Amino acid sequence: MAAPRYIADPEGALACVALDGLSVLFHAPSGMTHIVAPPAPEILAALREGPADVAELLARLQAHYDFEDEIGNDVVAARLDELEQAGLVRRA
Amino acid sequence: MRHQLAFQVGPVAFRIGSAWRAPLDALASLYAAYPAPEGGICDFTVRLEPEKPWRRWLRPSVAIHGDYILPDAAPLPLAMGLLAAEMGMNLQMALGQKRFLLLHASSAEKDGRALIMTGESGAGKSTLAALLGERGWRLMGDEFALLDLDDGRLRPFPRAISLKNGAIRVMESEVAADRFGPALEGTPKGTIRHLRPNQAALAGMGDSAKPALILFPRFGEAEAVRPVGQAEIFMRLTQASTNYVSLGRAGFDALAGLVGSCPSAAIDYPDTDTAVGLVEDLWREAA
Repeated sequence: MAAPRYIADPEGALACVALDGLSVLFHAPSGMTHIVAPPAPEILAALREGPADVAELLARLQAHYDFEDEIGNDVVAARLDELEQAGLVRRA
Repeated sequence: MRHQLAFQVGPVAFRIGSAWRAPLDALASLYAAYPAPEGGICDFTVRLEPEKPWRRWLRPSVAIHGDYILPDAAPLPLAMGLLAAEMGMNLQMALGQKRFLLLHASSAEKDGRALIMTGESGAGKSTLAALLGERGWRLMGDEFALLDLDDGRLRPFPRAISLKNGAIRVMESEVAADRFGPALEGTPKGTIRHLRPNQAALAGMGDSAKPALILFPRFGEAEAVRPVGQAEIFMRLTQASTNYVSLGRAGFDALAGLVGSCPSAAIDYPDTDTAVGLVEDLWREAA
C-alpha cells in the first residue's frame, strides 16, 4: 500500500503568529484558533509546496529548516496525525 | 416604552426603556454626567419589561429584553431594576458588539498608555481599576476593555463601576458618598453597589490609549509576581473575550497584535494597597 500523501490549505487560509517559541494559528475555513509547537508550523509551510508523504515532507523540512532537536519520520508522522485531527491538513 | 433614558459611554450609545419609573430614576442619577448619544443615534436598546403583563403591578419582576436577548435569563425583582439595566447593557455589548474586540477586563490609562487587567470574577480587577482611577490614573472601564480592530488602541468604556461585597467598603473609604448608587443586597453575586466614575474618566471617554501592560491579578494570595508565556496570554484572552470567535480573522489579528506588543505578568496580592504598589512597580518597568 502506498504511503498516504497529505495536503494543507493555501497560504491565505492560515494566519500564523509566533509567540514565545509557540505559534498561534487562525484557520480561516473553520474559524478555529490553534496553538502549535515546532515542527507543526514548518510542516504546514512545507506542505504548501505540494502534496507529500512523510518521507518527502521530512526531506523538505531538513532542506529548509535547522531544528534544535533532530526529527525523524516518526515525529513528522505523529505531528501530521495531530494536524489531520485538528483539520489543518488532509489526505491528498 | 413608558419611560426612557439614553446616554453615551465611550464609543457606544445606549437607550434604556422601562415599564417602571424607579429603575430609570436610579440609572439617571448614576449616569447624570454622561453625554447624550452622538447624533441622537443609539447602538443598543435595553428594555426592562414585566415578564407577563400583570407582573407590572403584581409581584413586579423585571425581564431583560433588547436588541439581543438570552431566552433563559431569569427575571429580577423590581427592587433590582438598576441591576437589570446594567446586566442588559452588558448583554447587548457581549452579544452584539462587532466594532471592537471585547475583553472581559478592566483598564486604566496613564501617560497616554493603557493598563489592561483581566481575571476571573472576584480576582479584583474592578476594584483595582476603580482604586487606580482615584489615585492618579484615568479609569477607562471596569467591565469591558474595547480593543479597536483598526488601530489596536484601547477605547474607554467607563460605565458605572459594579462593586461587589468587600470592594464596596474599600471604595466607600476613598470616594464621596454622592457618587454611589443604592446598595443592592441579595443579588446572585451578593451585595452590589454601583459607583459613578470620576470627572477625569468621563471627560476622557473619547480618548483612546495604546495598550502597554497586561496583568492577571488574583486576590487572596501572598504577594507574588509571575511571568506568563505569550501563547498562554493569547489563549486566556480568547477565553476572556465575548466576541473573539464571531470576529474571525479581524479578532485574531487584533489579539495577536496586542499580545505581541505588551509585557505582562500575573500578580497575587493579599490586600488592595499591595496590589496598587505592584501595579505601579510593573508599570515603571514596562515604561
